Amino acid sequence: MTFFKLGDDIADTRAPDVPIEQRWDKRRFDAKLVNPANRRRHSVIIVGTGLAGGAAGATLAEQGYHVIQFCYQDSPRRAHSIAAQGGINAAKNYRNDGDSVYRLFYDTVKGGDFRARESNVYRLAQTSTQIIDQCVAQGVPFAREYSGLLDTRSFGGVQVARTFYARGQTGQQLLIGAYQALSRQIDAGNVEMHERTEMLDLIVVDGRARGIVARDLVTGQISTYLADAVVLATGGYGNVFYLSTNAKNSNASAIWRAHRRGAYFANPCYTQIHPTCIPRSGEYQSKLTLMSESLRNDGRIWVPKKAGDTRSPDQIPEEERDYYLERIYPGFGNLVPRDIASRAAKNQCDLGRGVGPGGLGVYLDFADAIRRLGEDKVREKYGNLFEMYDRITGEDPYKVPMRIYPAVHYTMGGLWVDYDLQSTIPGCFVVGEANFSDHGANRLGASALMQGLADGYFVLPPMLGNYIASSKFDKVTEAHPDVVETVNEATGRLTKLLSINGERTVDSFHRELGEIMWDECGMARSEDGLRKALGRLPELREEFWRSVKVPGTGSQVNQSLERANRVSDFLELGELMCVDALHREESCGGHFRVESQTPDGEARRDDERFAYAGAWEFGGTGEQPILHKEPLNFDYVHLAQRNYA
Amino acid sequence: MKLTLRIWRQAGPADSGRMVAYEVPDANPDMSFLELLDVLNERLTLEGDDPVTFDHDCREGICGACGVVINGQAHGPRERTTTCQLHMREFSDGDVIDVEPWRSVAFGVVKDLMVDRSGLDRIIRAGGYVSVNTGSAPEAHATPVPKPIADTAFDNATCIGCGACVAACPNGSAMLFTSAKVTHLNSLPQGAPERSERVLNLVEAMDAEGFGGCTNTGECTNACPKGIPLDSIATLNREYLRASLGRK
Repeated sequence: MTFFKLGDDIADTRAPDVPIEQRWDKRRFDAKLVNPANRRRHSVIIVGTGLAGGAAGATLAEQGYHVIQFCYQDSPRRAHSIAAQGGINAAKNYRNDGDSVYRLFYDTVKGGDFRARESNVYRLAQTSTQIIDQCVAQGVPFAREYSGLLDTRSFGGVQVARTFYARGQTGQQLLIGAYQALSRQIDAGNVEMHERTEMLDLIVVDGRARGIVARDLVTGQISTYLADAVVLATGGYGNVFYLSTNAKNSNASAIWRAHRRGAYFANPCYTQIHPTCIPRSGEYQSKLTLMSESLRNDGRIWVPKKAGDTRSPDQIPEEERDYYLERIYPGFGNLVPRDIASRAAKNQCDLGRGVGPGGLGVYLDFADAIRRLGEDKVREKYGNLFEMYDRITGEDPYKVPMRIYPAVHYTMGGLWVDYDLQSTIPGCFVVGEANFSDHGANRLGASALMQGLADGYFVLPPMLGNYIASSKFDKVTEAHPDVVETVNEATGRLTKLLSINGERTVDSFHRELGEIMWDECGMARSEDGLRKALGRLPELREEFWRSVKVPGTGSQVNQSLERANRVSDFLELGELMCVDALHREESCGGHFRVESQTPDGEARRDDERFAYAGAWEFGGTGEQPILHKEPLNFDYVHLAQRNYA
Repeated sequence: MKLTLRIWRQAGPADSGRMVAYEVPDANPDMSFLELLDVLNERLTLEGDDPVTFDHDCREGICGACGVVINGQAHGPRERTTTCQLHMREFSDGDVIDVEPWRSVAFGVVKDLMVDRSGLDRIIRAGGYVSVNTGSAPEAHATPVPKPIADTAFDNATCIGCGACVAACPNGSAMLFTSAKVTHLNSLPQGAPERSERVLNLVEAMDAEGFGGCTNTGECTNACPKGIPLDSIATLNREYLRASLGRK
């Protein structure tokens, strides 16, 4: 049984046909400009205030557009970009260690396992250097050396030190920079900020995005907001798995609603599972916490050789331990890329050698590092991470090895966009993690912050201007039939959720969805498993609409209703992820199909059949989605199989 | 663990509110405080009661969304720990735990444990930024910043805007919050041109929002999950004095 229909190929027509290093300049030169005096007559809606949305809102407002911006949190400063720890890449080459725009481009295409669009990645690398300048000027306190100049470090998958950082809180510092820039524009009256307001649907009039329907989460009031263009900056969809490192309220509703209205969804099955997270401790677990992968520089990963060994780690002698990464990958050892480290941990646990509750964990041991460097040195390097681990688990990692397990962390897939970051709905632009554009099938460390800020500060603003300059905007009012219909649908949906009054809580459905997705569409995917999931998910969705219990009313703060609405969208998105994973009969980056591996268990890509981005069109409720392939050409970085042995 | 939670329930700003006791017989020492509330809420939902409303998001101590007063202490008993990172192993079987929202004139209760902290955003909007438009920045290495200054700026920039300092202060003052932003930006060369205006505008906005005055009790810094030091308030006062004299 197939689960989809095949449509026509799709292509990006916006990147100019000139050598790659000239494309962005040419595109900006060809872009139409809006006269500064006319800009204030144009309004732009931005949903989300993370790195991409915050940066876009501040920049468009500085340029003179009227920005109407939304976040579901009580303040724009709380967007989940804030939790990024490691750093931000930029091709500054301050170290004189051979870095360049071209090398950052090359590393990103290769790290993405050759499933990203070259034009976009090159532009990202080009833009990276300006980001650092901008953030420093805003007062972002990056780590500095005694000379007063910026410090950098190296990150997984690369051989140069191009990662700028602010202790283990780089995301926080960059977000506060964008938030402050946005605050300045709010104060100046150029941004109309709506906190605690969540987008329920996208308004499309005459084929173009013209507004959103949103709910005030305090009063429950459902309102329409109309504008000339809509920018979605709503982040990734990792919470489809219930347990992830995403914030509890991170959700896919904005992009999923846009998808249902005509925006193609590309590569939904590309999810990144991070190898070093704190394992779950019980059924009540509500989210997972990441421990920076820098720990793998000095920690050694091992499991007991004997399956089901319940001795405490200090009782297991050296010869009865298996340092499996060092054994299988002697060249890279504990520093293999994220996808490989994650899968190896799962394999050990599947063999019954996992440690901790439920056998879902492996040791990350610092005993050797403490012997070699001394406890003080280790404290200096990792003190804040050890403290965080201790706070969550109640165990002291200076004395007992840490337990870690992989967790869902980032989604490379997202709404399909062209070189201008415009989705297949004209006037609907998508920035940051919410789009699919730059990371292919696997994202390198410290590249998410780079992409969010590149999109928001530098790429979106001129392209949005081009759209506005080249379009004519008829006046749309709230009485327009398309607007009325969208409002009615959104209202009806919430009314339905409140009226079911069944016997299961929203979280119980979300947990069940998460388990199905984790088991069948997680670190290893098989045809059998995915088919099983595709059998179960429609049943679960029906059960949800039949027996979910949402207490309270729609005209008050109702966090259960908010969650129910988000979970109803996750239930549909989960199905598309499985369809995408089933159709892609190759292994690439974060997508590992057990049927496509080398004899020694490594991922095998199939460039003959799958060197394309899979862009899915919504086929209608209960109908099969339609696949449009965007063939990917590699004119600069030559296709090669990754090898880390 | 068997616990009794006495939780502040308030349907909305107009409601007077009251403490309501709930038994949680199946708490686990490895649960976070918010997971304990999740478990209670699942039960309340199935029993047809209204679940307890509280703000939360990242649940890893960095977004600043969560925060309740636990047994009279903002964010509870563990030092430098947000509510989401507080685990039940800090408590004992049989404990009775009082859970209340941030209490301050400037923070109205929205519902139950959820409060309105938008006053903090308005303080930042009054000048808690460097006025640099996108694209106009000079090369990052054009202005070296001595490491000790960069470190001071960073220590203050780690403020998560949770509002615990206000909740802990007997005067409901937002001095620690405001001083963290002033110290962050005013100590950096990038923040120097707007140094005087910034401190005057931030303090003015703080007063306008109804936050109380500072009497140096130091409760704020004890409650701060990020350890913003009391020294920052001294820096704010110094900056304010300097700017006030300069303005005349």
